[in-house]
Amino acid sequence: MSTAPVSGEPLIRVVDLRKSYVLGDVTVHALRGVDMEIGAGSFVAIVGASGSGKSTFMNILGLLDRPSGGRYFLEGQDVSGFDRDRRAILRNRKIGFVFQNFNLLPRTSALENVELPLLYDGHARSGEDRHRKALGLLQAVGLGERAHHTPNQLSGGQQQRVAIARALVNDPEILLADEPTGNLDSRTSVEIMEILQRLNREKRITIILITHEHDIAEYGQRVVAFRDGRVVSDRAVESRRDAAAELAALPALQEEAAV
Amino acid sequence: MRIQNTLRIALRAIQRNKIRSALTMLGVIIGVASVIAMIALGSGARASIDQQIQAQGTNVIFVSSGSFGRPGGGAVRGGAGSVTTLTLDDAKAISEVRGVTRMSPMVRGRAQVIAGDQNWNTSVEGGNEDYLAIRNWALASGANFTPRDVLVAEKVCLLGDTVVRNLFPDQDPVGQVIRVKNLPFRVLGVLVPKGQGQFGQDQDDLIIAPYTTIQKKLLGITYIQQVYLSADNSDDVERVAVDITRLMRQRHRITNPEEDDFTVRTVEEMAATRVQMANTMTGLLMSVASVSLLVGGIGIMNIMLVSVTERTREIGLRMAVGARTRDILRQFLAEAVSLSVVGGVAGIALGVLVSQGMTWKLGWPTMITSTSILVAFAFAGAVGVFFGYYPARKAANLDPIEALRYE
Ligand SMILES: Nc1ncnc2c1ncn2[C@@H]1O[C@H](COP(=O)(O)OP(=O)(O)O)[C@@H](O)[C@H]1O
Ligand SMILES: [Mg+2]
Repeated sequence: MSTAPVSGEPLIRVVDLRKSYVLGDVTVHALRGVDMEIGAGSFVAIVGASGSGKSTFMNILGLLDRPSGGRYFLEGQDVSGFDRDRRAILRNRKIGFVFQNFNLLPRTSALENVELPLLYDGHARSGEDRHRKALGLLQAVGLGERAHHTPNQLSGGQQQRVAIARALVNDPEILLADEPTGNLDSRTSVEIMEILQRLNREKRITIILITHEHDIAEYGQRVVAFRDGRVVSDRAVESRRDAAAELAALPALQEEAAV
Repeated sequence: MRIQNTLRIALRAIQRNKIRSALTMLGVIIGVASVIAMIALGSGARASIDQQIQAQGTNVIFVSSGSFGRPGGGAVRGGAGSVTTLTLDDAKAISEVRGVTRMSPMVRGRAQVIAGDQNWNTSVEGGNEDYLAIRNWALASGANFTPRDVLVAEKVCLLGDTVVRNLFPDQDPVGQVIRVKNLPFRVLGVLVPKGQGQFGQDQDDLIIAPYTTIQKKLLGITYIQQVYLSADNSDDVERVAVDITRLMRQRHRITNPEEDDFTVRTVEEMAATRVQMANTMTGLLMSVASVSLLVGGIGIMNIMLVSVTERTREIGLRMAVGARTRDILRQFLAEAVSLSVVGGVAGIALGVLVSQGMTWKLGWPTMITSTSILVAFAFAGAVGVFFGYYPARKAANLDPIEALRYE
């Protein structure tokens, strides 16, 4: 059931996407008709006030949720009508999630947290293979020596890096990050952005980053703003921030300050 | 997801909450242990009945006077033994039936027996010289009485082990004289001990004497109470019993079987009745045991529901990274079944211990069979599946987003 890319189709295309929640007598319209295309390999930041529908949008793109109306084409295939299990398979193969609250399994080592998606991909592989793959990713996010630490033994930034390693373990095409820096201090936020920019640049992973901080959005190539369930602006970033360069500069600044 | 991974995750979840898991298993442990112990008691009872039949000989037939009340029987008859219509002539006629090898008339009473300054109340059984052979009973010392002793109603007797221990604590009784209802009886021999009967009665608490002596000297009767027979072939027992019944009806001029003034029973029939009683008892106890297993299952369901609620976010996360409905279903089912199966294994061990304890401390015969262990194990597994299914289903049907957002 692989989704063969249709030539000329963007990676993601949504048409008149709607989502409403019925709460008793009240109907909440979280998305009121969103049209958008996201090309493979792009880095899109989605901004907007709290309650503007960003997470709802991301959950639909991530196939965690289904739209109430409109169409969602993933690699040209209409996935809006897929059932639970078909969506689960697509999530496993094509999509990685990074959440604001990290969502790591408690009392479970970083290594095993990263391995989690491998348990559900239907491949029969040995525990050793899984460990090797997960360890490689932990090393890539700079946590090779922390592989056997449990989440409560890791800082927030380290936990988020474990979560990123987990999102990458099945080689997804898309990485969805919902306020990944929301619980982190500014320096750690830059470190996380450095990883996302590197993944986007080196592995051509499509990144959709949700944030309500405009300066964080500037790490993307394109910023889409939501208000009340609608897209109100969609623009390319003129002077894109470079997290790696900023990090290189940071310690120097601190040293100067210390003198 | 592969089965090893499913099991690993389940076992880890159980280990994580050791005390809670142990308490949950306790219900299953107790349930399975009692099922095992009850089956052991039942099998033990049946085995000991079988053993007694073997000891007694499968080819023994009893003819008793009086009839056991039959349901729907109109006429009120005396219970077996209370009717005086069974005669020595009947016994002799019965012994002529084809297939009968040995026959002994039989009377029974109770008497005070005295030896020196010891005295004891016991059962006194009267038979002829073949009585011991029919009952498959050997002598530990001394000799059986002779046909002549029976003919002339000699005051001689054989002592059961219990009587020996009470009357002759430190003396060889053979050749001694005891007084039965103040009549002197010479002790000819001592019987080998038989031990407890099926209902715990002491089979060795008796003396045996020629029936003629008991009739004339002790009871003052001329009728007999029972006839003991052995058939030459245990396959032939049923046919012989039927022939005897026909003969007795002829002799007593009975046309309506409901008016029988005698009862013909084979050892096998009697054993069947006792096996049936044992089965009824076991069945009753088993249903009590099953209830505790059921309660154990409800305990598992309860804990699994708690576990699903506690781990809602974990479930959401697993779904987000690709777990399908059946993956989550299997994970929680595996956890419930692991709880019940581990509890089941512990319960089997406990049940075996309890059964052996009952044999050692209470002297009840018990028997552990591999079938009972397999049945208990399968039951435990089934309890896990049955009571684990609903919580597992609940977990598997969670909405990924709501599960991820759950606080
Ligand atoms: N499960 C839900 N039930 C009811 N209303 C919801 C639910 N999820 C989101 N909403 C509503 O939809 C709107 C958009 O929410 P959300 O997508 O979470 O916004 P954002 O992520 O931009 O803060 C909000 O008004 C929110 O209250
Ligand atoms: Mg949100």
